[in-house]
Amino acid sequence: MKCHHCESQATVHLTQIINGQMHKMDLCESCAQEKGVTNPDNLSIGSLLDNQPKFESSSASMTCESCGTTHQDFKKGGRLGCEACYHVFRPVLEPLLDGMHAGINHLGKIPSRSVERKTVVESEDALRKALQKAVEEENYEKAAELRDRLKKLQAQSSATT
Amino acid sequence: MFHDLFFSKTKGKAPKPCPIALSTRVRLARNLREFPFPGRAQSGQKKAVLSKCLEALEKVTDLKTSTSVELDELSELDRQILVERHLISLELSQSDESGGVVLSDDRSCSVMVNEEDHLRIQVLSNGLDFEKVWKLADSLDSGIESKLDYAFDQQLGFLTACPTNLGTGMRASVMMHLPGLVMSKNMDKVINAVNHLGIAVRGLFGEGSDASGSIFQISNQQTLGESETAILERLQVTLENIVHQERMAREKLLEDDGMRLVDKISRAVGSLKNCYLIQSSEAMDHLSLIRLAADFGFLPEKFRALADRMFIEVQPGHVQLSAGKPIEPGERDQLRAETLRKEFLRMPQLNLDPQVD
Repeated sequence: MKCHHCESQATVHLTQIINGQMHKMDLCESCAQEKGVTNPDNLSIGSLLDNQPKFESSSASMTCESCGTTHQDFKKGGRLGCEACYHVFRPVLEPLLDGMHAGINHLGKIPSRSVERKTVVESEDALRKALQKAVEEENYEKAAELRDRLKKLQAQSSATT
Repeated sequence: MFHDLFFSKTKGKAPKPCPIALSTRVRLARNLREFPFPGRAQSGQKKAVLSKCLEALEKVTDLKTSTSVELDELSELDRQILVERHLISLELSQSDESGGVVLSDDRSCSVMVNEEDHLRIQVLSNGLDFEKVWKLADSLDSGIESKLDYAFDQQLGFLTACPTNLGTGMRASVMMHLPGLVMSKNMDKVINAVNHLGIAVRGLFGEGSDASGSIFQISNQQTLGESETAILERLQVTLENIVHQERMAREKLLEDDGMRLVDKISRAVGSLKNCYLIQSSEAMDHLSLIRLAADFGFLPEKFRALADRMFIEVQPGHVQLSAGKPIEPGERDQLRAETLRKEFLRMPQLNLDPQVD
């Protein structure tokens, strides 16, 4: 077996699972050293796969249903098409972000509306669960009240967006 | 090692005013929820985004006194002038449909619509002042956000067309005049060293532009994984180090080969006073030396301000603006030379024994 980076005999074999997808890589001793493959705990195979044209996986057929951007489009232009793309392409994106940025978690400003949106969503969820429970318990009076509250909340959130 | 200098904090504060830094800019990339990003949007969707954004921007307090323009209404020349003044990007100037820009009357804020992202919020100021510029950009952004729903993800931050802008969506940059590092051939080393720190160096007009006039745009490359203030602090430390390196390079040039430097500056003075045909890149290189001469005290302070003004006015769009109509490159070179001769007519002899304070 040949090394992923040079033509030498591969002696180090890596397997890593990123977002449920298995990636395998074979490296020779010196490339493994050079890439810092000394501590498997700190190793991201994604950063090694970076810029590797040989890398093929099921992601090749990914397409964003919302805007039509394909994995091929993203690889070619480096741009995504819409908000939903970030869900669709997350598995291929996350390993790239590692090498691109200082970290992979947002530590900056949070827009106030997104906070409001989140609390609305959360309480909607909570109400829905409570409603389901009331129905299961055949407590129809409570269920009716919860249903009205849920309706009101939904009307509010659709009015603000 | 040269490289190591960029990792340690410089001792003490950078002296103010800082003539090496020409201007500071903070740009925030934002997108609306429920619309595809401009690169993927249909014509109708782009139109909807434009009118939605312009309507919202009208009501933002920080843009109370501002002008909003749709790119379609502007001539080629108007667009070029906005680019040369750094008020819109080259990308927006080439937009074929539904591009827009809102400019505050004092020209400190500009919000571009339907560039690479739905919104590009930009704040500009003279000199080096991240604190002031970020404060205004933050307030402007919050004002806009109270009217529009941004595409935002808890983990990835503000969602942008290009993943290189994710997170804060913030690109902070400073325009720096670095003739000492260029002449001493140390600029490549600086670029390499700061690249390792996630900081990019580009020419005067951003990506792909050349570095005529020894003017460089230095900005953060990474936008995710750090807060806005952390990014700005890191950039500030690096910039202070570059200023320090530039000062040392200038001193060394003067010490080692002062006569050559004086000769260069003096020839630049001669060229500006006597040219009849001049291209913008040559003009910028001469202006750069005039600015340097003012920094050394060889020329009165007011010539630095004049050089800074002329950096913009020698650009092709601005030469045509002064002509009042679009003109061919050959004619431009002639008009540019005429303007420079007039402006630098009264430039005095170099004072090679300046009083240092």
